[in-house]
Amino acid sequence: MSEHGQMLSDVGADVVLVRSVEQLTGLDGLVLPGGESTAIAHLLETSGLRPAIDRSIADGLSVFGTCAGLILLSSKILDGRSDQWSFSALPVSVRRNGYGRQIASFETTVAVQGVGEVPGVFIRAPKIEAWSQEIEVLAEHDHGDGEHPVLVRYENVWGCSFHPELTGDRRVHGLFVDSL
Amino acid sequence: MTSTSDPSTTGSALVKRGLADMLRGGVIMDVVNPEQAKIAEDAGAVAVMALERVPSDIRRDGGVARMSDPQMIQEIQAMVTIPVMAKARIGHFAEAQILQSLDVDYIDESEVLTPADEENHIDKWSFTVPFVCGATNLGEALRRIGEGACLIRSKGEAGTGNVVEAVRHLRTINAQMRRLHSADASEIFSLAKDLQAPLALVQEVAATGKLPVPLFCAGGISTPADASLVLQLGAEAVFVGSGIFKSEDPVRMANAIVEATTHFRDAAVVAKVSTGLGAAMAGAETSSLEVRLAERGW
Repeated sequence: MSEHGQMLSDVGADVVLVRSVEQLTGLDGLVLPGGESTAIAHLLETSGLRPAIDRSIADGLSVFGTCAGLILLSSKILDGRSDQWSFSALPVSVRRNGYGRQIASFETTVAVQGVGEVPGVFIRAPKIEAWSQEIEVLAEHDHGDGEHPVLVRYENVWGCSFHPELTGDRRVHGLFVDSL
Repeated sequence: MTSTSDPSTTGSALVKRGLADMLRGGVIMDVVNPEQAKIAEDAGAVAVMALERVPSDIRRDGGVARMSDPQMIQEIQAMVTIPVMAKARIGHFAEAQILQSLDVDYIDESEVLTPADEENHIDKWSFTVPFVCGATNLGEALRRIGEGACLIRSKGEAGTGNVVEAVRHLRTINAQMRRLHSADASEIFSLAKDLQAPLALVQEVAATGKLPVPLFCAGGISTPADASLVLQLGAEAVFVGSGIFKSEDPVRMANAIVEATTHFRDAAVVAKVSTGLGAAMAGAETSSLEVRLAERGW
């Protein structure tokens, strides 16, 4: 979370670390960070942020979900907990740990449309296994089983399988902030 | 549409430390069976530590404490979707090889188990799976990082329900880092000698004022207030061992410690989750202990 904050501030955004519903007011964009999607989902429930973010996305707030954040935005979760919910804002099917457990976590180079090659760090990363033709695929990666989208956009909702905040490259954050 | 065919790299320092980064702000809970693992995940734990006996039981039973039965680890992996960690004995690289072959997400080279080597810790660089190690001071932390640990936890005194040692170790590490950060460049060599730590890592801490890997806290955390305390002292996440499943109401305690960890600076939230929580685990005063686990490891 703090890495995202640093990156967003480096590309010129004023950053708020949102812990409560009141802090959502007046935001131009919201980043849902990596972590464990079940733990983040639990916190969104206990803090009351879940319905508030749901409404904000419907009202057009730009949202960028990375790793666990992507899972929380997707319309369908595979290999999740049986009771796992999502905001269902991005028409993609995502498999939790689709690239494997930690031992299979990897770093590679990802070519992002309009940006060029950026480092991609995939940590127990979710894999987009099916996607609507309406989404814009900004980057793909072939991990030995064909090309899968790893950075996507659908209207005001962005999702990313990897962790753009873990390297010194700020261009993916720049892309999101420039769109606001 | 662009694509890449670059070969990818597993087990790099970035990939190993990346998972530790994702656990920051969370609670990692000791669990001894799939049911407890489910309770931990339901409560919002960011990971579980699979082990046969929690530290307070290891302390009570005595004898040699070893790596857990692989079957028990696999049952827990099958139950939850969050990362599963497991413990290997200090220096027991064969146990670590077994845990890596089981696809555990993190290995804790832990003083809670009986050490297997009284001179050498595991060469953690030779593994793809990342390691967490305990430390009581900055020199110990940097020696472990030098051996390839990607995450440091202050040791505390596991299985006591007494937070005093955790506080001592966190304060010691932080004070030593502040001393380095304010040191003159020509003082670093002598300070590295005193710390008995690799010079390059000492120089890095002197420049940045913090460890090159995340710093979590373990050993003796047994209430929401304990979690808030150690987070305010600079820990980035907490390991809770016996504190949850040895308390009167583990489900409530697990939820309460998670919430207190998220809102650790908000005393009103910590007060709310501490209210009517039932008894925490029975504690032990440090001076009454027969075995000091924190003294294991070198």
